[in-house]
Amino acid sequence: MKKASEVFTFSKENEAQIQEILKRYPEGRQASAILPLFYLAQKQCGGWLPGSAIETVTEMLGLPVIRGYEVATFYTMFNLEPVGKYHLQVCGTTPCMLRGSEELFHVCKKHLGIERGETTDDGLFTLSEVECIGACVNAPAIQINDDYFEDLDENSFQNLLEDLKAGLKVKPGSALGRQGSAPLKKEA
Amino acid sequence: MLKDSDRIFTNLYGRHDWHLKGAKKRGDWDKTKSLMAKGQQWIIDEVALSCLRGRGGAGFPTGRKWCFLPKDDGVTPRYLVINADESEPGTCKDRDILRHEPQKLVEGALLAGFAIGSNTGYIYIRGEFHREAEHLETAIAEAYEAGLLGKNAAGSGWDFNLYVHRGAGAYICGEETALLESLEGRKGFPRLKPPFPAVVGLYGCPTIVNNVETIAVVPTILRRGGAWFAGIGTPDNTGPRIFCISGHVNAPCNVEEASGIPLKELIEEHAGGVRGGWNNLLAVIPGGSSVPLIPAEVCGKVLMDTPSLACFNSSLGTGAVIVMDKSTDIVRAIARLSKFYMHESCGQCTPCREGTGWMWRMLIRLADGIGTIEDIDRLEDVTYEIEGHTICGLGDAAAWPVQGLIRHFRPELERRIRARKAA
Amino acid sequence: MPKLLIDEQEIEVPEGMTVLQAAEMLGIEIPVFCYHPKLSIAGNCRMCLVEMDKSPKPIASCAMPANEGMVIRTQTPMVKKARQGVLEFLLINHPLDCPICDQGGECDLQDITMAYGGDTSRFNLNKRAVPDKEFGPLIETAMNRCIQCTRCIRFATEIAGVPELGATGRGEDMEIGTYVQKTITSELSGNLIDICPVGALTSKPYNFRGRPWELSSTPSVDVLDAVGCSIRIDTRGRDVMRILPRANDEVNENWISDKTRFACDGLKYQRLDRPYVRGEDGRLKPVGWDEAFDVIVDRLQHIPGNHVAAIVGDMVDAEAMIALKDLMTAMGSPHIDCRQDGVLIGTGPRCSYLFNTTIAGVERADFCLLIGTNPRWEAPLINTRIRKNYLFTGLPVALIGPFHEQGYPVDHLGNDPLILEKIRNGRHPISAALKAAKHPMMILGVGGRVFICVKYLILIRRPATRGGG
Repeated sequence: MKKASEVFTFSKENEAQIQEILKRYPEGRQASAILPLFYLAQKQCGGWLPGSAIETVTEMLGLPVIRGYEVATFYTMFNLEPVGKYHLQVCGTTPCMLRGSEELFHVCKKHLGIERGETTDDGLFTLSEVECIGACVNAPAIQINDDYFEDLDENSFQNLLEDLKAGLKVKPGSALGRQGSAPLKKEA
Repeated sequence: MLKDSDRIFTNLYGRHDWHLKGAKKRGDWDKTKSLMAKGQQWIIDEVALSCLRGRGGAGFPTGRKWCFLPKDDGVTPRYLVINADESEPGTCKDRDILRHEPQKLVEGALLAGFAIGSNTGYIYIRGEFHREAEHLETAIAEAYEAGLLGKNAAGSGWDFNLYVHRGAGAYICGEETALLESLEGRKGFPRLKPPFPAVVGLYGCPTIVNNVETIAVVPTILRRGGAWFAGIGTPDNTGPRIFCISGHVNAPCNVEEASGIPLKELIEEHAGGVRGGWNNLLAVIPGGSSVPLIPAEVCGKVLMDTPSLACFNSSLGTGAVIVMDKSTDIVRAIARLSKFYMHESCGQCTPCREGTGWMWRMLIRLADGIGTIEDIDRLEDVTYEIEGHTICGLGDAAAWPVQGLIRHFRPELERRIRARKAA
Repeated sequence: MPKLLIDEQEIEVPEGMTVLQAAEMLGIEIPVFCYHPKLSIAGNCRMCLVEMDKSPKPIASCAMPANEGMVIRTQTPMVKKARQGVLEFLLINHPLDCPICDQGGECDLQDITMAYGGDTSRFNLNKRAVPDKEFGPLIETAMNRCIQCTRCIRFATEIAGVPELGATGRGEDMEIGTYVQKTITSELSGNLIDICPVGALTSKPYNFRGRPWELSSTPSVDVLDAVGCSIRIDTRGRDVMRILPRANDEVNENWISDKTRFACDGLKYQRLDRPYVRGEDGRLKPVGWDEAFDVIVDRLQHIPGNHVAAIVGDMVDAEAMIALKDLMTAMGSPHIDCRQDGVLIGTGPRCSYLFNTTIAGVERADFCLLIGTNPRWEAPLINTRIRKNYLFTGLPVALIGPFHEQGYPVDHLGNDPLILEKIRNGRHPISAALKAAKHPMMILGVGGRVFICVKYLILIRRPATRGGG
């Protein structure tokens, strides 16, 4: 028998949201809700998805638990181990690589002391290399938790990290002040 | 050059209000009811007349795809699924539509859904596009509130419900059947075709899967006419499209231009030209990472058009132009793409599961000149063993960049091997 | 009935058949790994690729439905290259384990490589290593050898009804297993050993004990349950090395239960071939016959004859039974019986003990009532048929008796024999369904016979079907 502390239960708000989510899919097709439910569970657990949550979700949806493990291990956005407060997901695919993504990794090494896959001792930052995040014309780009930070270089990225460390509010988007994917205006 | 009057996306950069109010000012939702009153067949015919090709990379004629649905079998429900799982390296155009022009997508979904006889649409958006999904949810909520979705959508008499479904980080879910598997709550394993989604799709029902941009241009096509759309661009690639220009240019950006625009014009007029001048160009990947690169000598001659690119063993793909100048380590650049495919391979079928990893490992050795000249032939042979033998196109997409590298930069690979031997 | 051409030979096949099955009918061999006639189609090994006219790419014959006018070729250079390519990819990470792998000599990968593969390896990098999994005392795993054909996953999910196996991870990191360590809890788990085309899943009791070319096979019939599965007894000299299933679509298809498969070790190990006496410490220790007889006489001589009773088991031979009866008669005891379960052997109509549904006929039933039986334990290969019917038609199954998981949904009506009375009188919720069914079947188990009179069954409108025991 599992201890109560080992069983994951959704919060009341999340339970209500789950009922709304299930309405999106036809009768008998509640398995479709596995991704939204995993996201809710991950958020509730502070950014990672423990095995107990996978078991609870599969039970709720009437699925064998192995199908839940398959889904959780297939998709990269489910963190099967705890991550830091700020999950630094640096894109390393070729378009970002061409515009200096490797520099961003050097900044992390130099100023945070962490390499790919590592977390700082204070639990603030986890560094991951991810594949193309879909902001190629604003490269190099990085996703921190839910936001994109783009057009970075060594300096702007370092400033960003320092602001995060200091608990200051940071502005997502282009570090060069570009509007979305608009071309950089030449100096008049 | 695309005339401003022919532009479809007037808020690509998000300079104006992206909400329903702003969208309506830009012409969205103008007389949608009367468009639908002309009937399903009229809509399909108009889209066919426009010769619109899917904007997701495969370029399949949209009107023809919509005709694959079984005729007259009102028994099972039909679904419209919009592929917003934009993950092809180099490609970031759907992102702009989702966050700055979502009402074009919502209106397009209603019109396309009606045309194919579907009352339910799902937009599968990649998990990383968190903020974009929020914009989309807001846009849909605004549309429901204004009576444009739901029962009697836009007063047309047709019920249409639209839902957002977030993915969770898998490029393979951009493949239409893998997307359906993921939507149904499983791993994104592509299905065997036949049967095709138009016959057996989401939940086993007839389904049409289309790219975001494809659906988002449908309202404008219907308002301005398929003939107008077909009049822009070239006979094989009609209409304007959003190009993403990234890499070693002075001003990387997204830009809406006419299909078939010369590549050189695209880069120089809109992206500030190649870093260091045109003569500093090494190679360009013209259509997203899945298409073979073309070397600098050819870039000045080629049009962003399927037949033109095919002459040089490449393809239009998603229209994502990745520019590489002479500072690029071309072997490492392509090796990094191989790593991408290895990472994104779903693992279902043998050639892709084993072959993508083998290709990457061979390439990173060749990047350092480790190996023999025969290794280059071996690598090329492996790409042909993968190509055409897999369940889905990811295998082909992984093989093509390597073929392009060997085809145009073989001397560079050989040079590195010889240099290492000499050292 | 589509007509198609395969290697210049024309054949007409039933609608829905695949190109692979059509080729099989013509006797044309197409190599496969992931395809299995009793499992759903996966199409992921890509070994069955063949050339089809008008298609620039080869097609997977195991999945392509045969259509009118198709022209298929299986011996072209494109097909040869495709087969060699797939094998090359399978072998680059496959360990060179043949000398130490139990599957050697009966390995699909070996056989298909010999017939269709290239002659040298071009791979000069490190092979990947995959951690072995722990599936229990019956199945040995060597996951380095796994070629991810997913037959084991499909068998566990579809045939055995235990969705415990899956493929976690993605791409080349994909691993087959239970993810969180657990034993495979199915009475049919041994069949995973048979269907695994390579040596990733092998028999733990049989591990390292023999090579298939040393063994002689004797076809036989299993006696450990009442199903009578067709088996093949593999022997080496005087030793029975292992039991494997024989294909028999009327009885056990391609499967046998774990009991049938692994009980043969009882022929050699811990066999009662000498007397054992329980010592002071409670443990049995072997003794000589003289000492054994001394112990027997010592225990029995002061006990009145009719205070001694004897029970004879199901597997005892007639000669031993006569000897025992003589002994009991000599001692003056009438208390001897051979019916361990107290069943009353009825004298009712033949149809009540013939299992005249036939085992294959279970697939045609449209309603199933289980009475006092646990088919999953008592007759696993009947249970697979019920499950097969459920998978294809959603067969409704109801149970009266103690509840056990069967591997398909069961409507547990209760544990009271009087429920039958209600059903008979049409006053039970399932009475209507039972009446409306065109091919209902009932299985009466041992539990049923102990508690109820056979009479009840004869009175139920449709003839009863018995099985198990």
